[in-house]
Amino acid sequence: MARVTAGLTSSHIPALGAAIQTGTSNNDYWGPVFRGYDWVKEWIAKDENKPDVVVLVYNDHASAFDMNIIPTFAIGCAESFKPADEGWGPRPVPDVVGHPDLAWHIAQCLILEEFDMTIMNQMDVDHGCTVPLSMFFGEPDAWPCKVIPLPVNVVTYPPPSGNRCYKLGQAIKRAVESFPEDLKVQVWGTGGMSHQLQGPRAGLINKDFDLKFIKQLINDPETLRHMPHIEYLRDAGSEGIELVMWLIMRGALGPKVEELYRFYHIPASNTALGVLALEPAA
Amino acid sequence: MSDHKDIDVHSYLAEFDDIPGTRVFTAKRARKGYWLNQFAMSLMKAENRERFKADERAYLDEWDMTEAAKLAVLARDYNAMIDEGGNVYFLSKLFSTDGKSFQFAAGSMTGMTQEEYAEMMLKGGRSPDGVRSIKGGY
Ligand SMILES: [Fe+2]
Repeated sequence: MARVTAGLTSSHIPALGAAIQTGTSNNDYWGPVFRGYDWVKEWIAKDENKPDVVVLVYNDHASAFDMNIIPTFAIGCAESFKPADEGWGPRPVPDVVGHPDLAWHIAQCLILEEFDMTIMNQMDVDHGCTVPLSMFFGEPDAWPCKVIPLPVNVVTYPPPSGNRCYKLGQAIKRAVESFPEDLKVQVWGTGGMSHQLQGPRAGLINKDFDLKFIKQLINDPETLRHMPHIEYLRDAGSEGIELVMWLIMRGALGPKVEELYRFYHIPASNTALGVLALEPAA
Repeated sequence: MSDHKDIDVHSYLAEFDDIPGTRVFTAKRARKGYWLNQFAMSLMKAENRERFKADERAYLDEWDMTEAAKLAVLARDYNAMIDEGGNVYFLSKLFSTDGKSFQFAAGSMTGMTQEEYAEMMLKGGRSPDGVRSIKGGY
């Protein structure tokens, strides 16, 4: 049987991709950020930790979805996904190879559990999906595992509640565990942490909020899942709402987790950046 | 047993107006900015970027946008674009076409210079103190 073996979080900001592309990931500004990923990079490269499939939860930033189609939760069921051209050409990274069997299986289970998923058989993936892959896997010729992209609407209001996201994660865990093949599946929650990219309040960062969020995500998701959107907006900035996606990852790990690794850094361009590696605990 | 929860969408939305210097991308804004955002999306295609760069006004005139939105684009006034219903992720296609970063665009909306904004971010960003709530002043 397949099982969820770990959950990771990562920022997915385009500036990280740009730093790799321009060879500046080692400079004074980006060096500390990239070194913060080293532990997970080494950990995930080991055979016993390497996932067969990653369910990669992210938000599309007006790349695959324009204003005509706004799915709250979508799931990529295609054989592969191309990096999107976001205005300066596609990121020069490998295509993302899907796992249609598992993706369709998860999609069916989720719909039967009353999550009305949008199924994507053709979709380009933007920095939200490909930057975390680069951060954890570096620059290989092909990504070392299959990826099921799972875009969440956190752009047009209302996005799903934290509670809904957590429940979706729980349902993903059940779906994975009913897939007959023996697969190691990781769920990644990306985006965040506190940041605001618009208006006179742009540049907002809230370290206290972020650290409390991490603490509760690990130890007290039952409280955290009920935090209303307005609190994210006031405290973590208008784009900090991306953090609801971390609750999908957390829900997929079960009630108790063990923290393997944590890294928190300010600033990465406009954002506070958080990396977590969690494992389900008995 | 019912899963129904009493959600008041009006107060849910009204709270968003209480956040200083922030325009949450509500349905109302999404509707107002529909064409502005679709215009921005069109810049994901290299041939459209070329046509736009060759004659910005002519390219904008192909879209059913308000004059205010067109002028905001021409002036690269991102606050004005957001007032016209633009969303920063859509508008990112515009500043990417200009070869500019998210930090450039975000900084341009704060009234600070690029240097001041970059400096603020290096020092840990803008504190949330006093800018969480207009009414509450906290
Ligand atoms: Fe994002």
